[in-house]
Amino acid sequence: MTVRELSERCGFDLTCGEGEREVSSVYCCDLLSIVMGRAPAQSAWVTVIGNVNSIAVATLAEVSCIVLAEGFSYDADALSAAKGKVTLLTSGLPVYETACKIGAQL
Amino acid sequence: MNDAAMLRTDLHIHSCLSPCGDGASTPQDLVGMAKLCGLDLIALTDHNTAQNCPAAAAAAKEYGIGFLPGVEVTTSEDIHMVCLFPSAGAAVDFGDLIRQSLSPVENRPEIFGVQQIVGPDGEPAGTEKILLINNASRYSLDELPTLCAGYGGLCYPAHVDREANGLLAVLGVWPEGLGVRAAEIRGETPPAGVPKGLKIIRASDAHSLADIPEGGFPLPLRSADFEGLRQWLEQK
Repeated sequence: MTVRELSERCGFDLTCGEGEREVSSVYCCDLLSIVMGRAPAQSAWVTVIGNVNSIAVATLAEVSCIVLAEGFSYDADALSAAKGKVTLLTSGLPVYETACKIGAQL
Repeated sequence: MNDAAMLRTDLHIHSCLSPCGDGASTPQDLVGMAKLCGLDLIALTDHNTAQNCPAAAAAAKEYGIGFLPGVEVTTSEDIHMVCLFPSAGAAVDFGDLIRQSLSPVENRPEIFGVQQIVGPDGEPAGTEKILLINNASRYSLDELPTLCAGYGGLCYPAHVDREANGLLAVLGVWPEGLGVRAAEIRGETPPAGVPKGLKIIRASDAHSLADIPEGGFPLPLRSADFEGLRQWLEQK
């Protein structure tokens, strides 16, 4: 399933990117130093950290998208860093519910 | 404090060893730029390493500008702390300890840029392979002040007014009993949440030569060295 399809089925907002990449798993963590080494490639990474560091970590870990939970917003630096590189989704739900919703689609 | 002059400082500057740093920011060039900008005292604080501090210290001596060797440590909670030392040797030893405790995730220069180590004469002296940013040391916020003191140094939280890696953004509140005497800010005023009684140190967090501020930020230090900073921090 592509990020775009996932986003539509879960009712998330596609905040940045086309969402053409495939998603094969879901991963949750907010401590970027852990995410960097452990998030599976091609996963949907659910977090509440929406700053420029998240974009760098998403690129490094090769996740398919970031899903920012709890209705939080990406900051301006994150949005400009992500352009053309990282697909960003936004969910109004808490982290657990967001991840469950994704898991149910995979 | 009456006889302390206002020194023009910038105590948070990155070199080309920081992956987000500009490749042109060699230790020699950033010290030269600081001199041109009229600064009296600067600190080199690369992420989780001090390997460019000996070169910067040598350049500072040549240019006649005060220099503090340092490390911007990422704590295990992903909080940035500025750690400063009385000598480049102490900073390098401390930096090695921090660097060895990072996750062994390799830098990808095509994303983050080369982490360039520079020798005393400005010559390339290798590259750092372990990714120095977005990586965290194994040391927590609580244990860092004591760890620094063991190397003769001191530390305080970096850019507490910043969302990314700032103490207040990460923890929400200032922890009680944290053994620091200062808080660093990037903007003009400290955010609510910084305890009264702490010294406020404004710094640029420059990642390129152009970010080094003309005239720097004033601090009432007796001397442009580690002792000058330490004495001021210990004043009531």
